[in-house]
Amino acid sequence: MADNPNPDIDLPETGDAPAAKPKRKGIKRRIFLAGSALLVGGGIFGVWWTDSSAKARATSLIGGEGKHAFGTVMTIAEDDTVTVFSPHIDFGQGSHTALGQMLADELDADWDKVRIDQAPADMAFANAALAKGFLPSMTGEFAAGLIPDAVIGMMARSMPLMITGGSSAIRFTGEVAMRRTGAAVRAALLAEAADRLGVSESELTTANSVVTHAKTGKSLRYGELAAGAAERSLASDPVLKTPDQWKLIGKPVFRRDIPAKVDGSAVYGIDFTLPDMRVATIAMAPVRGGKLDSVDEAPALAVKGVEKVVKLPDAVVVIAKGYWQAKKGLDALALKWSDGGNAAVSTPAIYAAQDKLRQTAEKPDNEGGVGDVDAAFGAAGVKLVEAQYRVPFLHHAMMEPFALTGHFKDGTLTLWGGLQDPLSTRVKAAKAAGLEVDQVVFNPMIMGGGFGRRFPDLVEIIDQVAVLAKQVPYPVKLVWSREEEVRHGTYRPQSSAGLKASLKDGQITAMRMDYAQSGNAEGEVPFIYAIPATSRRHYAYQSNQIDGPWRSVNATQIGFYTESFMDEAAAAAGADPYQFRRKHLAEGGRHQKVLDAVAKRAGWGSPLPEGVGRGIAIVESFDTIVAEVVEVTLKDDGSPRIVRAFAAVDCGTTINPLNAEAQIAGGLIMGLSSAMGEAVTLDKGAVVESNFGDYPILKLADAPPVVEVDFIDSGAKTGGIGEPGLPPASPALANALAALTGKRIRNLPVLTQAKA
Amino acid sequence: MKDGNFNQWGKPTVAIAFSVNGKPVSVEAEADTPLLWVLRDDLGMTGTKFGCGIAACGACSVHVDGAITRSCSVPVSDIAGKAVTTIEGLKNADGVLHKVQAAWIEAQVPQCGYCQSGQIMAAVALIEAVGTPTDAQIDEAMSNICRCGTYPRIRQAILNVAGFAADAEGAA
Repeated sequence: MADNPNPDIDLPETGDAPAAKPKRKGIKRRIFLAGSALLVGGGIFGVWWTDSSAKARATSLIGGEGKHAFGTVMTIAEDDTVTVFSPHIDFGQGSHTALGQMLADELDADWDKVRIDQAPADMAFANAALAKGFLPSMTGEFAAGLIPDAVIGMMARSMPLMITGGSSAIRFTGEVAMRRTGAAVRAALLAEAADRLGVSESELTTANSVVTHAKTGKSLRYGELAAGAAERSLASDPVLKTPDQWKLIGKPVFRRDIPAKVDGSAVYGIDFTLPDMRVATIAMAPVRGGKLDSVDEAPALAVKGVEKVVKLPDAVVVIAKGYWQAKKGLDALALKWSDGGNAAVSTPAIYAAQDKLRQTAEKPDNEGGVGDVDAAFGAAGVKLVEAQYRVPFLHHAMMEPFALTGHFKDGTLTLWGGLQDPLSTRVKAAKAAGLEVDQVVFNPMIMGGGFGRRFPDLVEIIDQVAVLAKQVPYPVKLVWSREEEVRHGTYRPQSSAGLKASLKDGQITAMRMDYAQSGNAEGEVPFIYAIPATSRRHYAYQSNQIDGPWRSVNATQIGFYTESFMDEAAAAAGADPYQFRRKHLAEGGRHQKVLDAVAKRAGWGSPLPEGVGRGIAIVESFDTIVAEVVEVTLKDDGSPRIVRAFAAVDCGTTINPLNAEAQIAGGLIMGLSSAMGEAVTLDKGAVVESNFGDYPILKLADAPPVVEVDFIDSGAKTGGIGEPGLPPASPALANALAALTGKRIRNLPVLTQAKA
Repeated sequence: MKDGNFNQWGKPTVAIAFSVNGKPVSVEAEADTPLLWVLRDDLGMTGTKFGCGIAACGACSVHVDGAITRSCSVPVSDIAGKAVTTIEGLKNADGVLHKVQAAWIEAQVPQCGYCQSGQIMAAVALIEAVGTPTDAQIDEAMSNICRCGTYPRIRQAILNVAGFAADAEGAA
């Protein structure tokens, strides 16, 4: 790249490519790029991934003296260090390491010399692989296949897409970008080595970042070959390894981020500091939709260390020397707020309104299903089963409260913090500050959890810091208190549902679910049972709250409804819950295998100790099928304690089993936590809960001591791993409690059903 | 020169002396400032985390004279003359990880990692108190919140500690 005087000029066709080219296969295009190329051949088009200006820009950002860039994905330094740039944020799900494994395996790189960095928050790194992955859900598979990758890349930059979510990193970015880049760069290194050694490529082998010619014993390190290889064209459709050739994919590789997380050296967004930086904290209108009426700033300014009070339309910010001083200043203020006309909003009122909507709406807002449910319900000789369920708003409770640092200087707003989509963070900040996107720089940092809370579109702290930073000459870090975090969430929606099924000869002939909540789950959460007539009807209900994605999104509540009700139907049929599910799943299919695997591992049907109940559930989300068994007992105070938990998972291929197990077990525990005690409730339009005292998170003593996780390597397309462990947990718990006590829990959370 | 100590706004403050990870420190702070914010904002030691501010989550756990302490809810004036150990102080003088930290890596405990400083401090205090703990002792002592749900690996790491060399003698 260093030798190319004009990296913006690429030659996409074949003419000027160097002599030793990767082989062409079928109708493929290649690109020849001086120094920077990345190409993904999806389908027969095999066209561009990034356009020339994006590539040049990316190269300028990640390349450098002695470092040779390959597209927007990786560099090889002359000391053999391979740096992989992840467009995804890693907030603990381990995808950085897994993405590195995928690329390094195809590259035959020495894993000890591979590092994984966060891609800069620059348009050049917009994630085309992600657009490609999600496209079928927007346009249908067929149409998606007809859109050239160059256009997809442009779409990714225009969105702009650098998001982390939808359990997408491995499914899309890993499979599409990382593996192909690794393979294509390896091919270019081979070609370069063949030229240098004057031998045929077929006589060369690669391993541990070295190309070797066995006949002569000569070898060249990747670092020696990088400069030349980076000048070569990259194949659009390189030959990928078969699973038996994998050395890193599928292996229990240690995560790269963990050492800094055990010695306190990892710097999260909230830890960031600058000379002369001030710290601010905020109080927002207690009722969502309300505004600041009035405030006398004097009491805050009288607190030692407080420097400034800033009024926003719906919030007050106190800026001080440190967080404690800012908090003391804020606490000293008498704040008056309006309620935006939402004073009548309450948790019971929302449930009542949802019930009424489901019963009286002329038609649903969305509908999915097959067959004639009403005819089946009316058929002679059927037994009808009905049940109503309710689940509350849920708080994400990421352990790191929101914190974002901003500094406006010389016309540029620079931000430091952890957010899920670095590119749209810039766009949102620019809009709030009245700047052009080019005037905003965002430095992504490590995040202390996210679980869906850090999607920039719903993150108000971006706007708050953008406005704040423009009003002060120094850098300012705004930190939300836990109380503000709990009371101003973008919650998993409060939701309710009525289910009905008809049974004949122990078989479900039809099933219907009517559910009321803000978001539509049709097209997102698949219905997995082979039942002749099914119907799911969505009734859109919006309260004054902002509903957002919460780990596994709609699969949590839809999974709870469906899988609780399957147990109720099994009970009505006098059948065993496992066998009943089994016979309603396609014979020999992936779902049945997953269900069988968890039943086998848990010893389903074997006698349990006195006072222990067992429950099962299976949910598919993000292309991954997870079945779980939970065993529960009651403590002296009558509250549940989880004794054992099991999960079986089919996510196609497991990239890093060590990390995948942690994700599934963690998801299961978060699901149990939410079912057990978590609820955000509303009274007079405001959130009642305020901190972990009244929003209890499951602790170690009540969590399963061990979660046994089995993976089924089906070879199906790679599914997500960060979210799908969660949805089966809450119905498995409710089913276990019903088995133990005979009492069916239809309203969550378990511990405070009275609130519903 | 005025007599006494003043902060940058010219207001009088009190100098409070204690030690952090074996080093003596003296901070100019108001008496009610929680130890957490003195560590983070005044001393720039950010390994100790803010999670809730009400001693409910344990992310801010440190040792004060060897006892596990939730630093968000202890005024710095109570710390005068005492010895504070934070996550940054667990390694020995040669930079070798404490056996609990090593066990955390071996069991691949952290996910987001934000709560893990506090979890490790709690585990170190437990192991120093009882040696090899029982499951019941782990249940009782490990009351810190982890939203990622790393509890099974936390338990495993603690049970594994006996398998690691005590290579951080003198630490914590």
